[in-house]
This record gives sequence, structure tokens and C-alpha cells, in this order.
Amino acid sequence: MIMAPVETTLGSTGALDQLESILEPTPGAILRQRTFGHRGFMFGAIVLVLILAMALLAPTIAPHDPYDQQLTRRLINPIWHADGTWTHPLGTDSMGRDYLSRLMYGARISLLIGIAAMLISGIIGSAMGILAGYFGGKVDMVISFIITVRLAMPVVLVALAVVALIGGSLQVVILVLGFLIWDRFAVVMRSSTQQIRGVDYVTAAKAAGCSTPRILLTEILPNMFNNLIVVATLEMARAILLEAALSFLGMGVQPPLPSWGLMVSEGREYMLFTPWMITIPGVALFMLVLSINLLGDGIRDITAPESRG
Amino acid sequence: MLNYTLKRLALALLVAVTVSFVSFMLLRISGDPAIALAGDAASAKEIEFIRKKYGLDRPIVIQYLDWAHRALQGDLGESPFFNQPVIDIIGGRMGVTMTLGLCALIFAIVLAIPLGVLAAIRPNTWIDRVALTTSVIGQAMPPFWFGLVMMIVLGLMLRLLPISGSGSWQHYIMPSIALGYYATPAFMRLTRAGMLEVLSSDYIRTARAKGLRAGSVLFKHALRNAIIPVVALAAVQFGFMLGGSIVIETVFALQGIGYVAWESLTRSDLPVVQAVVLLLSLFYVVLTFLSDMVNAFLDPRIRVT
Repeated sequence: MIMAPVETTLGSTGALDQLESILEPTPGAILRQRTFGHRGFMFGAIVLVLILAMALLAPTIAPHDPYDQQLTRRLINPIWHADGTWTHPLGTDSMGRDYLSRLMYGARISLLIGIAAMLISGIIGSAMGILAGYFGGKVDMVISFIITVRLAMPVVLVALAVVALIGGSLQVVILVLGFLIWDRFAVVMRSSTQQIRGVDYVTAAKAAGCSTPRILLTEILPNMFNNLIVVATLEMARAILLEAALSFLGMGVQPPLPSWGLMVSEGREYMLFTPWMITIPGVALFMLVLSINLLGDGIRDITAPESRG
Repeated sequence: MLNYTLKRLALALLVAVTVSFVSFMLLRISGDPAIALAGDAASAKEIEFIRKKYGLDRPIVIQYLDWAHRALQGDLGESPFFNQPVIDIIGGRMGVTMTLGLCALIFAIVLAIPLGVLAAIRPNTWIDRVALTTSVIGQAMPPFWFGLVMMIVLGLMLRLLPISGSGSWQHYIMPSIALGYYATPAFMRLTRAGMLEVLSSDYIRTARAKGLRAGSVLFKHALRNAIIPVVALAAVQFGFMLGGSIVIETVFALQGIGYVAWESLTRSDLPVVQAVVLLLSLFYVVLTFLSDMVNAFLDPRIRVT
């Protein structure tokens, strides 16, 4: 573009406006405007950062030890009840453990499982998807078949059965979920790789004599990044919900760990008189998953506005 | 069409065989199934007895073939907990799970399609925002927690609905809503996207230019085409719902196969769990095959590729 001569006196705001109207917005400016103008993305980002901070700072900001049982102080109501106390703002559970502290430590479990399971499934699924999409033919047939078989298996039941047989623990839940929920990564990576397999810069790399691993890692993979991030947020949310369901059913993370799903399950017994024991961890789960989903939707809108659906 | 059908059928059969092998192997990953069946307190002699009784001392492939052969004849083994054929335990409960899955599917579709259509007709208005909010909330709400909240509010506080069991049709209302709401966003997004795409197409403009009534354009021309992918999704989602019903059935003590699978897991009654995994997977295979067929029937372009 041809730069119009710019007035040297920039003192008045009028001249500044004129300057901005002459200069086209830079790609960075467009990105910034889209990012900060996207309400869903900003909401998701802020809530997620808050939950992340809560999880990381739990040892410093939690008012009590989340495992400390004080049977004389059991089932204290939260602060919004008439008999609530500031010592335990969210009350205490049936074993007299501080509910706010357990909630804060619970964020660590959800986030850890969400991120770790997402990374494992991301590596498995992306590898399968990119190989199937790039090579096509027999490789594609075999991988598509594996994806079909995986989709036919009922995730919740298989995860429950495996965890029940091996024994529930944080590591087992992460591994089981990671090895189960790679399907969406594989499906999305496969179709996006198919789309860019034939474009000029891949052909150019081939003609220049690049090795196949090099093409896959330096030409294909970086162009998948936006899709990868969006799927990653979806799968992280899914892993968190699945962990909560498994723990709720007693075959996930085991007590006394403060998993939010486990807290909901422990609150069931007192559902009639202290429904907040179920509502509080449930709302926390809801907010966490909501923020991750909004972040993912936002990234999709910002990076590829045409695919908004 | 015949060629396409045969290809799909062959694939479905291959998937079914693989799935049955995976469900067969699933309960062996923990090591020796004889120990799992015998329980923690069993002596070495008892374990040996069980190994002989269930034929667990034979090669794994022979065991699988034997198991698959009998499964084809409707014999899914015997539950060591009830001392009863598995098929008798599960058979009577399939109906409950199917009813729940179907009601949940109907709830999801009845909520999602009108909202999706309205959102597409009036994009970026308040109705679009209501649809979007409904779908964003549905995606983030843990179904088991939604079920519990409904139970507290509608069952315990207002005493409108029964909170557990499967005796009457009222017992299915809350479970169906909890299960169905989780599937609603997928339907709504697909309907909205499909309608938006179709409404901007040339033949809709032609139909409008011809002076057809707005309702006729919308339902006869647009919705009919936009709904095709939704039909396929319905089949797949129905399969997912049956798989996910285990959590909801457990919350509401609804006596379906999911509930019995969970109970069986807690008492190491493995043949029952295995049978439920097998049934749900096979059912999904059948559903996806049917959805492929319906799709090919509705959209001839698919048959060629």
C-alpha cells in the first residue's frame, strides 16, 4: 500500500484519528480487537485464570487443611445461612472438613486430570489422524477402522470397568481417559490433513527432497495448530466431566482426595438437609467446564471466523 | 445403492467382531480373571476350581471363539453372583434403558430443532442468543449433577416427581431430561448451521422469488434438506445416550442395564459387565449402519463415494 503523506503535527486528536484512518489496521491489531471484543472468550479466559490461580495457590490461600477432620464441627452451614461462620465460609462436610479448602484443592485434581488426559489423547489422536490423512490408502483404512471400533465402545462403562479392575487412583484415571478419548483428535486431524496434503507448499517440500517425518512435523503439524487447540479444549472439558462422573460413581479418584465429583457423591447422603454440599462442587465443575468451552469457541471464532457455527 | 449397502454391511460386521473381541479382552487386563471371579478371600484351590469351571485354563483364542460362539446363540455366560444366566438378568432390563434413551432423544430433539431453526431464521437476535446460551449451558453441565439438582428441587422440595425407581412413567421424566439435555447442544448447532447454509442457497431464493409462502419455503424446502445430517446424528447420539445412561440410571436407581452393570462392577460380577459392554457396542454398530443407510437414501451423493 502507498503511504499517504502524514502531517507532522500530531498534537491534536483530530490528526491522530486521521492517521488511524489512513493506516490499515495491522494483523496484530485485528487479532487484538477480535480477542478483546469477543465476550465469550474474555469471560472464559477470566474464569479459567481465576480457577487456575485458585488451584495453584491452594496451599497458601486455603483457610484450612482439606484433609483435617474435626468431628465436633461437622455439617456447618455456609455463610449465607443464619448459623454460618466466617471460619468456614462454605461450611464443613460430614467429617468436619472445611468445604472451601476442599473445593480449592479439588480444582487441582480436575485441572491435572483434564490437562494430562488431554495431552495423552492429543498425542495418540493427532499422530493417528495425521498419518491417516497424509498417507491415505491402506494406512487410512486401518486407522479409520480403529477409530470406528473405538467409537463403538461405550466410554463411561469401559472406563468404569477398567478403573474398577485395576483399582482407582489419580494416575489410573488419567491413563484410562487419555487412552480412551483420542477419537475427536484423530477424526479432526485426519480430515484437516487430507485438506492440506495436496497444497503447493507441501508439494514444494516434497520436491525439495524433505523426508516424510520432516514434512509431517514442520509443514503439516504447524498448520493444524488452530484446530488442535480447539479440539484440545473440547477434550479437556470432556476429560474433566468424565473424571467427575467416574469419581461420583465411586470408581475414579478415591477418598479422601477432594475430587469435585467425589464431593457431590459424598453430599448425596445429606441431600435433603444440606443441598449446598451438592450444589457447591457442581457449580464449580460447571464453571470450569463452561470457561474451557467458551475459550475453545472463542479461539475458533478468532482464528477462523468463517467456521463459526 | 446395493454396492454401497454391501460395503457398509461388511464394515459393520468387521467392527462387530473386533468390538466383541475387545469386550472379551477387556476384563482380562487386570490379569487373572479367575482371581477376580473368586474374590479376595479365595484360596488357591478355589481359584483353581473356578479356572477349570469357566475354562480359563485354555488358550485365549479358543476361549474367545467359544465365548463368541455361545454369545451368538444367546448364551452370555452365567453370573457368579446370582448363579443365573446373564441373559436372564439383562434381558428384562433392556426395556428400561431403551425407554430412557428414547425419551432422552425425543426431549433433545424437541428442544433443539425448533430452537435451532428459530436461531437460524433470526441470527444475532435475542432468540439466537437464547439458543446459544441453552446449548453452552447444556455442554458444561455434568448430567449426573443436573439430575441431582432436579431431584432436590422437583422431588424433595416441591414433591412433584418420584426421585428413584422405575415403576411408572413419571420415574422417567427427570432422568430423560438430565440425559437428553447433554445431547441438546450437538443437535441445536447442527440444525442451526444446516439451516443457515440452506437458507442462503439459490433454490431458496428461487422459491421465494416464485412467491411461495414463507412457511412453505421454510418447512418444505429448507428444513427438509437441513435435517439430513441431524438424522444421522440422532442415531449416533442414541448410541452415546445408551452408553451414558449408566450414570443417570445409577443416580435415579432406574433398573436398566446401566444400573445393573454398575452394581455388577461393585461386586465383581464380571460376566454381566462384559455382556453389557458387548450389547451396547453391538447396538451402536447397528445404529451407525442404519444411519448410514438412511443418509444414503436421503442424499444420493453419498452412495457414489
